Amino acid sequence: MNATTTLSVETGRPAIRSLPIEVSADRVPSKGVIGMTCLIIAESAIFTIFVVAYLYYLGKDLSGPTPRQVLELPILNSICLLSSSATITFALRSLRNGNAKKFNFWWLVTIALGAYFLLGTGREWHHLIHDKGLTIQTNLFGTTFYSLVGLHASHVIIGLLALSIVMAFAIAGVVKREHAERVHVLGLYWHFVDVVWVVVFTVVYIIGR
Amino acid sequence: MNGTLTTGDIGGATALGSIAATEKTVFDHIHSWLVTVDHKRLGLMYIIYALVFFVVAGLEATLIRIQLAAPNNHFLSPQVFNQLFTMHGTTMVFLVGMPMIFGFANYLVPLMIGARDLAFPRLNAFGFWLSVFGGLLLYFSFIGGEGMAGAGSAPDVGWFAYAPLTGKAFSKGHSTDYWILGIMIGGFGSISTAANIITTIFCMRCRGMTLAKMPLLAWLNLIMCGMVLIVVSPLTAAQIMLLLDRFVGSHFFDTQAGGSATLWMHFFWIFGHPEVYVLMIPAFAFASEIIPVFSRKAIFGYPVMVGATLAIGFVSLSVWAHHMFTIGMTSTGNTFFAISTMMVGIPTGIKIFNWLGTMWGGKLRFDTPMLFSTAFLFQFLIAGLTGIMLAAAPFNWQLNDSYFVIAHFHFVLVGALIFMIFAAVYYWFPKATGRLLSERLGKWHFWLFLIGFHMTFDTMHIPGILGMPRRIYTYEAGRGWGIWNLVCTIGVAFQIIGTLIFVINILLSLRKGRPAGNDPWDAWTLEWSTSSPPPEYNFAEVPTVKSRRPLWDIKHPSDPDWKYE
Repeated sequence: MNATTTLSVETGRPAIRSLPIEVSADRVPSKGVIGMTCLIIAESAIFTIFVVAYLYYLGKDLSGPTPRQVLELPILNSICLLSSSATITFALRSLRNGNAKKFNFWWLVTIALGAYFLLGTGREWHHLIHDKGLTIQTNLFGTTFYSLVGLHASHVIIGLLALSIVMAFAIAGVVKREHAERVHVLGLYWHFVDVVWVVVFTVVYIIGR
Repeated sequence: MNGTLTTGDIGGATALGSIAATEKTVFDHIHSWLVTVDHKRLGLMYIIYALVFFVVAGLEATLIRIQLAAPNNHFLSPQVFNQLFTMHGTTMVFLVGMPMIFGFANYLVPLMIGARDLAFPRLNAFGFWLSVFGGLLLYFSFIGGEGMAGAGSAPDVGWFAYAPLTGKAFSKGHSTDYWILGIMIGGFGSISTAANIITTIFCMRCRGMTLAKMPLLAWLNLIMCGMVLIVVSPLTAAQIMLLLDRFVGSHFFDTQAGGSATLWMHFFWIFGHPEVYVLMIPAFAFASEIIPVFSRKAIFGYPVMVGATLAIGFVSLSVWAHHMFTIGMTSTGNTFFAISTMMVGIPTGIKIFNWLGTMWGGKLRFDTPMLFSTAFLFQFLIAGLTGIMLAAAPFNWQLNDSYFVIAHFHFVLVGALIFMIFAAVYYWFPKATGRLLSERLGKWHFWLFLIGFHMTFDTMHIPGILGMPRRIYTYEAGRGWGIWNLVCTIGVAFQIIGTLIFVINILLSLRKGRPAGNDPWDAWTLEWSTSSPPPEYNFAEVPTVKSRRPLWDIKHPSDPDWKYE
C-alpha cells in the first residue's frame, strides 16, 4: 500500500509548499553567536563550581601561608587584560569598516596585552612557588588558588592560540570584511575570559584577602 | 496505510541515492559511516552504540542479580561485585541514557523542524566520536585499570564515586582515573552536542515554524539541552578537581588536609539529580509525540506542557541535596530540599494529566509504541509517588541507601525511560529503515518485559523496607530478604527474554519487515512527510508550516489546525 503511495506521488507537487510564508529569513539569529553563547554558559558553570570551592575552603587551611601573607594585587596585569577587551572591539570595528591595516594593529595589540597578562601570572606563580613556598600541595589555599587561577589562565592560553591563528591569517591577507561575523564570535569568547577575570580578581584578591 | 496521503515524497531522493550506491565495496560503506556528518547517520550510530552498551549493562545487572538471588551466595567475588555495580550504573547513565537521548535528538529534531542538518554537522560528528572514545576508555579499564602492573580491573567506587574512597590512598591503580576520564570526555561530547541542538532549534526552523508551533519533541529537547549545559559542567569541574587530587596532590577532597568529602557529594549531585531530568525529559518528549498519534487527538494543553517542562527543568536545579539527607544538614537545609523536591511533583503531575487528557475520549490504537507509552504512564506515576515518599526527610533517614531507593530509581529509569525508549524505537524505526517492526514480536517483547519489570522492581521495594542496604555483597539467611531477592532475580529472566525478542525483531525486520511507506502511523509532524528512510538532505524543498500539525493540515484541507491555534 505504501510502496505505491511513494511511487504515485513522486511527480505530485508537495502540498506543504503552497502555504504562505510567515517568518522572513533575516530575523534568524547567528548560529555562531548562539553556539558560542552555549559554550559560555557551560564554561560559566565550570567556573562557578571552582569559585564555590574557593570560597568554601577560604580560611579553612590547617597550615600557612594564607592569602593575606603572600598575595599581591595584580593591578597592571588586570588593566592589561581588561583593556584587551576594548582593543578587540576596535579591531572588529576596523574589520567591519574594511580597514585591514587597522585591524591587524588592534589585533596584535590584543594579543600583546593577553600575552603580557599570562607573563604576569607566570611571574606571580614563580614568586609564590619559589620565594613563598606555596604550591598546590601546600594547603587548601594553594589547592584552590592554583586551580582557579590556573583554570582561567588556561582559558587565556586557548584564547591566545585562537587569536594567533586569526593573526596568521590576517598577515597572509585573507581576513576580509565578510569574516567579521566569525571574528565577532571569537571576540565573544575573549570578552568572556575577561569577565571571568573580574570575578576571579574579586574573589581571590579582594574577598579572599 | 493511508492511501490518500498527498504530501508525497518531499525528499524525492531516490534517483540521486541509487547513482551514488553503485560500485561500492564494504569498506567504502564502513568508510562513509566513519566520516559521515549526516545527523541521521550519527543519530543512528548513537542509538546503536547505546543499544550495545544497554546489552552490556544488562548482563552486568544479571550477574549482580544472580549473586543476590540467595543468601550467603558466592557466585561472584566481592571485588567483582563492586566493579559490576559501579560499571552497571555508570554505563546505564553515561553510555546508554545519554547517547540514546542524543541519538534520538540528533535524528529527529532537524526532521521535525524542517531543517536539513544540525547547525554544526562536523561538531556533531566530533561530539559523537568523543562519546565513543569516552565509553571505550571506560571499558578499557577492564584490561588496563591496574596500569602497567598486570591484570586490569574496572572502577569499583560506585557510580557517584564518593570521596575519600576515590583518593589516591584508597583507590590505587588507575581504575578510578579511567572512570574520571571516560566520563569527562563523554561529557565534553554531550555539551558540544547540546550546544549544537540548541543552535539548530533557534536558527534553523523552517518557514512558519515559530517557537509556539514547534513539535513538543523539539521543545523538550531544547529544554533538555539547556539543562545539559549547566548540569554536566559541574561534574566536569568536580572531576578536574579529583584528577588534580589524584595526580598532583591537591587537597580538594582530601579530608586529612582539611578537604571536604561532603563537597564532592554536593558537586556530584548538583550534576546527578538534574541529570535524571535530562534523561527523563526526552522520554516525556517521546510520550508527547506518540500518545497523541495513537489517540487520534492533538496533544492536550500544549503551552502548559512546555511551561511544565520548563518548571521541571528549573526546580530540578535546586533539589540535589535530597540525596544527602543522612549526612546531617541543618533542619533549614532538610526542609528546603524536601519542599523543593516535592514541588517537582506539581509540574510532573500536570504532564501526566495532560497525557491522560490527550487519551481521554480519543480513538485509542494499541500498537506496540502505544502499549509501551501506556505502561510508562502508570510506572512513571508510581515512580513519582515513591519519589515523594523519599523526599520526606524523616522517611528518607530510614530508607536512604536501601533497596527501596534502588527500586524507586529503577522505576524511573527503566519503568519510564527505557519503556519510552522502546516505544520510540518501535515508533520511529519505520522512518529510519523504511520497514515496520513486527507487531507480533513487539507484543511478546512488551508483555514479557512488563511482567519481568514488575516482578523485579515492584518486589524490590520490600527488602528495602525490611532494611536491606544497597551495594551489599551478600546477606545472611533468616533476615527475610531471601524470597524477595529470588523473585527479583527471576524477573530478570523475563526481561532478558523480552530484550532478546526485541533484538531479534530489529534484525529480522531490517530484512523482512513490512515496507512502511512515508507515514505508517498516519501521523502529523514533518518527519513523516519525507521518504523512509529520508534522503541525506531530508527535504528536497524546505517545507513551510502553518500549525503544530502540518501534515494534518495537508490531509484535511477543509479543516486545518491553523484555524484554531
